[in-house]
Amino acid sequence: MAEEKLLEAISEDEKIIQEVTGQKYKYGFVTDIESDKAPKGLNEDIIRMISAKKQEPEFMLEYRLRAFKHWQKMKEPNWAHVQYPPIDFQDIHYYAAPKQKPQLNSLDEVDPELLKTFEKLGIPLQEQKMLAGVAVDAVVDSVSIKTTYKEKLAEKGIIFCSFSEALQEHPELVRKYMGTVVPHTDNFYAALNAAVFTDGSFVYIPEGVRCPMELSTYFRINEQNTGQFERTLIVAEAGSYVSYPEGCTAPQRDENQLHAAVVELVAMDNAEIKYSTVQNWYPGDPETGKGGIYNFVTKRGICKGRNSKISWTQVETGSAITWKYPSVILKGDNSEGEFYSVAVTNGRQQADTGTKMIHIGKNTRSVIISKGISAGKSQNSYRGLVRMMKGAENARNFSQCDSMLIGNQCGAHTFPYIEVGNPTAKVEHEATTSKIGEDQIFYCNQRGIDTEKAVGLIVNGYCREVLNQLPMEFAVEAQKLLSISLEGSVG
Amino acid sequence: MLKIDQLHAAIEGKEILKGFSLEVKPGEVHAIMGPNGSGKSTLASVLAGKEDYEVTSGSVSFNGKDLLEMEPDQRAGEGLFLAFQYPVEIPGVSMVNFLRTAVNAVREYRGQEPLSAGAFLKLMKEKKHMVDLDSDLTKRSVNEGFSGGEKKRNEIFQMAMLDPKLVILDETDSGLDIDALRIVADAVNKLRNEERSFIVITHYQRLLDYIVPDHVHVLHQGKIVKSGGKELALELEEKGYDWLKEGALGV
Repeated sequence: MAEEKLLEAISEDEKIIQEVTGQKYKYGFVTDIESDKAPKGLNEDIIRMISAKKQEPEFMLEYRLRAFKHWQKMKEPNWAHVQYPPIDFQDIHYYAAPKQKPQLNSLDEVDPELLKTFEKLGIPLQEQKMLAGVAVDAVVDSVSIKTTYKEKLAEKGIIFCSFSEALQEHPELVRKYMGTVVPHTDNFYAALNAAVFTDGSFVYIPEGVRCPMELSTYFRINEQNTGQFERTLIVAEAGSYVSYPEGCTAPQRDENQLHAAVVELVAMDNAEIKYSTVQNWYPGDPETGKGGIYNFVTKRGICKGRNSKISWTQVETGSAITWKYPSVILKGDNSEGEFYSVAVTNGRQQADTGTKMIHIGKNTRSVIISKGISAGKSQNSYRGLVRMMKGAENARNFSQCDSMLIGNQCGAHTFPYIEVGNPTAKVEHEATTSKIGEDQIFYCNQRGIDTEKAVGLIVNGYCREVLNQLPMEFAVEAQKLLSISLEGSVG
Repeated sequence: MLKIDQLHAAIEGKEILKGFSLEVKPGEVHAIMGPNGSGKSTLASVLAGKEDYEVTSGSVSFNGKDLLEMEPDQRAGEGLFLAFQYPVEIPGVSMVNFLRTAVNAVREYRGQEPLSAGAFLKLMKEKKHMVDLDSDLTKRSVNEGFSGGEKKRNEIFQMAMLDPKLVILDETDSGLDIDALRIVADAVNKLRNEERSFIVITHYQRLLDYIVPDHVHVLHQGKIVKSGGKELALELEEKGYDWLKEGALGV
């Protein structure tokens, strides 16, 4: 019965709300694992060392060195509506791996400290995975420790492995697609990533295959002063489908940690890729902003084939600074791009996030739903580009950008860019800004719900359209994060 | 149960309640009537603890506790329920989710175990039936897109769910047609018992045909100027408020 199901989900909500009341950043702990670390700094030797450590094919090293040369000529972007002290790129370790034998047959062989970390994070690495139907490729400090469900996926010809492994086992596929969506020359952080990335995930869905489960990766930054440079590549062949949820938490630290990931998605004819992110990195000290993660990510997908579809859904509550624009290039005729986003900033957080929808093919469609929530002394900006190219006959875009303000010391900003090069294309843009309703809070209070819980309820309701896009177990986690991240923001 | 003594309250520096006193005993139904601007809704808001209102003097004791010291959610936990004149919409939050959060928050305050999903569902079915509420409404977002009548019925439904000791109906009859009025009044009558008290705030006598009060008070310029039995309401209906206004000014 539908109502009963609804209730189950609700009781889950509630547990969560209760659980989080009065919590500070829960994942602020550090796991003590001996670590194999490169010296600080970046030069050709470090890059050669990373490549050698990973026993990469020659083409990969060449690619890295090309990217490095290019990066040296580039300047850090400064157009985003964020402020932070200059980053010393020579003061970062570019490689760290837990001292482990990479090949493990069972969990018993995994470092117990690491298992404890997983437990604290609630990562369902063991039996829960089966129940939840999630295959997890857990990334701890740049090296994949364990990949699950691989055999089952292999039966369908699906490749789901760490990027390093893909370079060993499927170098031709990596070579064919890597850098085709986000070239190493794309931007400062993408170039840096191309030079020094240490690991990430690789997914290949063969023609006509519908991936039978959510493919999920948990990211975790675990080593002091270690820049985390992940690289993800997902290729969906004609007529295939994959849903890829990505979630991450990081331990509390006093020094800023740089994270510059690159994600590339390729969808061929009639293929669909659904990429969901719940991001909960340490946002820094609420008063000073000290210690938070810098999240400078380049995510982009290309709808290469006809009728293909790429959908980005993100719930971003963490990081001190976010600079992130998951985008879709709509090249194939009739292809479809979606961007559903919730970005919450509190304390001293700054976010400049949005999307780009580049319409090239005929009858291409895109939808942008962005919900920004600012509290504390944070700054939250939506920045989005919709470009209709000359050939984009009858292309359509609908954008809705809503901002909610909690308190009176935060900022919400919207920077929409619209470029229309085809007279038959249509672009619609709606934007609203509201303050969280005191009447709504009072109404909840009058029903016995305290203000903290009331804010959680109201904000979750406000974000419903986006949360509905997430895979079920992810939606629950996302609601939890929304409530946690807004604690203490009202009253 | 409720004792209001010489209550003065202001909004934005303007005094609205000017020495309001009232005592409500368990099981009693008190109607508070009065012309527009007499302070009826202010009374409801002050009792529920709305922040915009400042209590400048006077006291309110509820079940022996100082009501004015409590946060609004604590007042709800103590058993005070306000049926809003203008129920608020909360987009994206389903009624089921909202109510389950509310019911369990109140239960927690009262030292009761939270209801399981099954028990909650059962309770909801029972109360929905009691107030003759369309099932569909509980699946929708809180008050969003509800008609005037649906909103008011939804208030009564929430009241039934939260099992309050004192209910304040703030112009619950406004905007209701006669059928809706009857449904709401029937539901209220079903919930009347010897422990539960009601303060019925209304502009018109009409509602009191259906919810028959034990006492009727006339509020004018922030205080009660006349009290009587249910027949006072009829007298007001006939004569209007002007004769009392004059009387009040003369006092």
